[in-house]
Amino acid sequence: MRLLLGTLFALIVAAAVGLGTTYFALSRGASFGGLTIGRWTAWPKNGTPDIDPYARATIARNGRLPLALGDGLTFLARSDENGTALDGRCEVVLSGMTPSARFWTLTLYNGEGGLVANSVHRYGFTSEEIVRHTDGSFDIVIAPRASPGNWLPTGGIERYVLAMRFYDTAVGVSTKEGREVPMPSLQTRRCPS
Amino acid sequence: MIRWTLLLIGGLLLGGLVHLSTIIALPRAATQDAYSRLSEIAPVNKAVHLPEPTPQKTLMPYMDPAFAEAVCRYDLNRGPLKISVPISLAYTSVSFYTDHDIAYYAINDRAAGRHTIALELMTAEQHNDMPQDENITAADRLIVEAPSPSGLIVFRALAPEPGMMATAQAVVGNAKCEPAAVPAASQ
Repeated sequence: MRLLLGTLFALIVAAAVGLGTTYFALSRGASFGGLTIGRWTAWPKNGTPDIDPYARATIARNGRLPLALGDGLTFLARSDENGTALDGRCEVVLSGMTPSARFWTLTLYNGEGGLVANSVHRYGFTSEEIVRHTDGSFDIVIAPRASPGNWLPTGGIERYVLAMRFYDTAVGVSTKEGREVPMPSLQTRRCPS
Repeated sequence: MIRWTLLLIGGLLLGGLVHLSTIIALPRAATQDAYSRLSEIAPVNKAVHLPEPTPQKTLMPYMDPAFAEAVCRYDLNRGPLKISVPISLAYTSVSFYTDHDIAYYAINDRAAGRHTIALELMTAEQHNDMPQDENITAADRLIVEAPSPSGLIVFRALAPEPGMMATAQAVVGNAKCEPAAVPAASQ
């Protein structure tokens, strides 16, 4: 009886720990080899056969098709420079320079990777569309209400994710953090309290 | 007390094994992964348009709305495939994935040059079976070896601004993914 009880106890611990950590890892999107620049993180290896088992499990579960590294590289941001989660009710300014690439695109997604409905049907920008300053830098205002210049509507959702994708770029597996790869900064400017 | 502590440690170790095995088994057991989702709309060895993502519906999460895309679900068991797509003014690429959503090769218009991206997809075995003389004349042909006989080819064309989406759609609409002709040996 004691043996049975003990075995049962060990098995319950194993199941709880094993499945719990798996669920936690997948819902957090745990993955190795991330390249973080400012608030942006990319996983260059996810677009190659060297993708790690955690990233594989995550994409199998959420149905994503990662961008092949020979095609481009995706950077994601979920918070601003102060570490505050990106809030669609606030006005956030994305500004600065980008790593060199033939083209880039910026897209705003909800937490599930879907596009966010808005009155002007704008879901992002491409490098060809934005208005730039004379030095090549640019600002994009990410806000619920229309704003002059480059305006990316949030639809007023609470949490969103920004994806910047660079196509035909040298940024990749061998890129070191913080070396000649500038990523734009994200500043929350106004927030209705 | 010691007994229960040992059982707890044993349970934790076993839990680690459960964790690792579920992580590794998950991609094989997944039914909602990209390949499964695309299998529902993509016939075998034929390039078809992917519906553009909208706020109401997106086939896969995190699709880039600035791109027109077409997909070909391939099966090389019936022989090698010829793949081609015209080049748009902006940016065109072709990416290859295994049937477990692993990207193993991609090429874009700059690397391909000329007016189309054209290549042949075959298994390593089919590549080895190619007649020797054909292998020599094949020097200017781009041959991609697929690690598994089935998988996905994704054709993508960038619309640099929304007004150019129709052009980008037309480019990927002309993507071809069809059985390669009988080997040149028969000529």
